[in-house]
Amino acid sequence: MASDKPVLDISNLHAGIDDTPILRGIELEIPAGEIHAIMGRNGSGKTTTANIIMGHPDFEVTDGGVQLDGEDLLEMEPWERARAGVFLSFQYPQAVPGLQVGNFLRKSVAAIRGEDEAKGTEFRKKLKNAMTELDIDRSFLGRYVNDGFSGGEKKRFEILQLMLLQPKLAILDETDSGLDIDGIRTVAKGINAAVRGTDSGALIITHYSRILEHVQPDRVHVLIKGRIVKSGGPELALELEERGYEWLEEEANPPNGNMEG
Amino acid sequence: MAAKEAREAVGEYKAGWHDPENATIRFDFGLSEQVVRDISALKNEPDWMTEIRVKAFHHFENRPMPTWGNMSMLEEIDFDSICYYLRSSDATEKDWEDVPENIRDTFDKLGIPEAEQKWLSGVTAQYESEAVYHSIREDLEQQGVIFLDMDSGLKEYPELVKKWFCSVVPYQDNKFSALNTAVWSGGSFIYVPKGVHVEMPVQAYFRINAKNMGQFERTLIIADEGSSIHYVEGCTAPTYSTDSLHSAVVELIALPGAHIRYSTVQNWSANVYNLVTKRGIAHENAKIEWVDGNIGSKLTMKYPAVILKGEGSHAEVISVAYSGKGQHQDAGAKIHHLASNTTSKILSKSISKDGGRGSYRGMVSVSPKAENCKLNVVCDALILDDGSRSDTYPTMEVANPSARCEHEASVSKVSDEQVFYLMSRGHSEEEALAMIVNGFFEPFTRELPMEYAVELNKLMALEMEGSIG
Ligand SMILES: Nc1ncnc2c1ncn2[C@@H]1O[C@H](COP(=O)(O)OP(=O)(O)O)[C@@H](O)[C@H]1O
Ligand SMILES: [Mg+2]
Repeated sequence: MASDKPVLDISNLHAGIDDTPILRGIELEIPAGEIHAIMGRNGSGKTTTANIIMGHPDFEVTDGGVQLDGEDLLEMEPWERARAGVFLSFQYPQAVPGLQVGNFLRKSVAAIRGEDEAKGTEFRKKLKNAMTELDIDRSFLGRYVNDGFSGGEKKRFEILQLMLLQPKLAILDETDSGLDIDGIRTVAKGINAAVRGTDSGALIITHYSRILEHVQPDRVHVLIKGRIVKSGGPELALELEERGYEWLEEEANPPNGNMEG
Repeated sequence: MAAKEAREAVGEYKAGWHDPENATIRFDFGLSEQVVRDISALKNEPDWMTEIRVKAFHHFENRPMPTWGNMSMLEEIDFDSICYYLRSSDATEKDWEDVPENIRDTFDKLGIPEAEQKWLSGVTAQYESEAVYHSIREDLEQQGVIFLDMDSGLKEYPELVKKWFCSVVPYQDNKFSALNTAVWSGGSFIYVPKGVHVEMPVQAYFRINAKNMGQFERTLIIADEGSSIHYVEGCTAPTYSTDSLHSAVVELIALPGAHIRYSTVQNWSANVYNLVTKRGIAHENAKIEWVDGNIGSKLTMKYPAVILKGEGSHAEVISVAYSGKGQHQDAGAKIHHLASNTTSKILSKSISKDGGRGSYRGMVSVSPKAENCKLNVVCDALILDDGSRSDTYPTMEVANPSARCEHEASVSKVSDEQVFYLMSRGHSEEEALAMIVNGFFEPFTRELPMEYAVELNKLMALEMEGSIG
C-alpha cells in the first residue's frame, strides 16, 4: 500500500537538552522504499536526531515537526511510535539481565505486530530464518538481552529485532561501528532484506562510508553542528571519505557565527 | 462499612478481599497463660505439649523485643488486640466439596484446587488457625510418606513429634519463636521415609481472613536418609486498616543424604506483620535449600537458616524481597558450617520502590573444627526511585582458615536508558519496568515451580502498574 506521503518527514527541527540547543533546523524527507544516510563527525547530533525521532524523554523539541507517513510523531510516547512503525537500532544497546532474548523477542513482536504474529510455527520459522541469515546461534535465545554480549553480538541482535519487527522506518545508529568486514556484510544483508523491495524507509547513521558499500543509500546527508549542510547521491559518501568534513564546516559556521551554538 | 474498608485498602493488591467471618470458635482478643492453656485443652494435647506452651509463653512475656530490624514498627504491634485462636470450620476435610462454601470459594479464587490437580503431590489449606482441607496422593501414602497438618501429626505420631519438636528452633531462640510455641496451631507435619523421593511438590497455603488475626502455624519436616521432598507454601490475607500478625516456626531435619527444598512466595497484604523463624539441620551429605520470596506484608523479619551439622552437607538460600510503599522487608539468611567439607550459597535480591525499604541481614559462620568449607554470598539490590532504600548487614565469622569465602554485593538503579530501550520495542513504561524487575528476580523465579514463577511475574507486573508519575 504505497502512500504518496514520505515515510519520514522532518521539518525545521530544533531540539536540545537543558536549554542547550543541539539540533538547529533539520530538514529531511525519506520517501517510501528509500535508504538515506546521515554522516557527520562525533558530536554533530546524529544520535540526538535518532533519539528525538524515537521519543527519548530527555530531549526537548523547541520547534519544527517529525511525521511518520503523515502522522505526527512528536505527540506520541516512545512505545506508541514503535507500534506506529519506528525502529531504532541503538548505538549503545542496553543490557537487561534476567530477560531472555527469546522471551523478549516474542513480547516485542506481540507488542508491535500483534499477539497473533508472535506465536505458532510461523513466528518460529521467521525467527529461525532471520537467525540463520545473521549467523546467530540458537543458544542465543536463552541468553539475557545484551547482557555480556560482545560489540558484534549486540549489533547483530539489533538487526535481528529489525528483521522481526518489520518497521516502516528503520533508523540504524552506528550499526557498523565495532564490526569487522564480515559483520558489516552480515548486518547489511539484514538491513537490505528488511527494507529493499518494501514500502519502508531507512536512515543509516554512520561516520564511515564502509557500510554504505553494502547498503547502497539513495541519498547521503551531511550533518554538522545540528544542521544538514549538504545532501547528495551515494558518491557524496566517497567524497567525504577522501576529503573529510573541513570543507563543509564553513557552511555550518558563517564567519561571525557562534562556535558553540 | 465495606466502602470504608475499600477506601482504606491500599494499592492494587489482588488477594485483598475478605469473607464474612463465620467463626465456630473465636477466642477473645489478647494473650494470657489461660489463653495458652485453653488452646492446648481445646486440642486435647498431651501434657508435655501444654507444658512447653506455658513455658514458652512466659519466655515470650519476659523476652524484650529484638533491638534490630525495624524497632519502631515492632513497637507498634499491639499484642492485646490480636485474636490468638479462631476456627471457621470444625473439621479438616479430604474433599473440597466438604469444605464450607465461602472458604472453598476463597481457595478456588486463589487457584489451589486447580494447582493440586495439575502439579502437586499433596495440599494442605489453612484458614485462620486450622487446616480446613488436607490431602495427599495415595501412592505416596502407600510408600509411607506422612503429610498431615501439625495438629493431626501430634495426635497420630506423638513420639515423632516429641522427638523433633523444638529440636531445631528452641522456643528460647527469639521472642517470636517463643510466641509461636505458646500458641501454635496448624502448619504441616511431614515425614519422608528412607530413600523415598517425592517427585512432585507438596503445597501448603495459608490464608488469614479475619481482622486483627494472629496466625501461628508450626511446621516440622523430617526427611529420612537418602529421601527428598519439595515443599511449597503461599499465603495471602485481606487488606484491612488494622494489623494482623503472622508468626510461624518451621523446622527442617535432613538426615544423611536427604534433600529438602522449601519454597515460599509470601504475599501477605500490607497490614500483616510477618515475623517468622525458619531453620533446618543438615546431616552428612544432606542438602537444604530455602527458596524464599517476600512480596507482601507490612514488616517481614525472616532469615531462613541452615545448620550444616554433618560432613559434606550443603545449604542454599535464594531469596527475593520486594518493598513497596509502607513496607519493610528485613530478610536474609543464616548459615553455620559446623562440619568439614560443607558448602553454602546465599543469593539475595531486593527491590525497593515508592519509599519502601529492603534490608539484607546475613550471618555465615565457620566453626574452628570445620575444614575446607566453601561459602558464597551474593546480594544485589535494585532501587526504583529516589525515596526508596536498601541496606545490607552482612556478617561473616570464619574461625577456620581453610575456608574459602566469596562475597559480592551490588546496588543498582534502573536507568532511563534501559527503560527507553525497552519502550522503543513497543513496551509501555510500566511494562518496561516489569521486564527489568522480573529479569532482576529471574535467578530466583527459575528455581520455583513454573506455575509459581508465572504467578510471581504477574504479581510484579501488577506492582509496576500505576507507578509512573
Ligand atoms: N543526554 C545528553 N545530555 C547532554 N548533552 C548531550 C546529550 N546527548 C547529546 N548531547 C550533546 O549533543 C551533541 C550531539 O551529540 P550526539 O547526538 O550524541 O552526536 P553524534 O551521535 O553525532 O556523535 C553533543 O555535543 C553532545 O554532547
Ligand atoms: Mg552517536
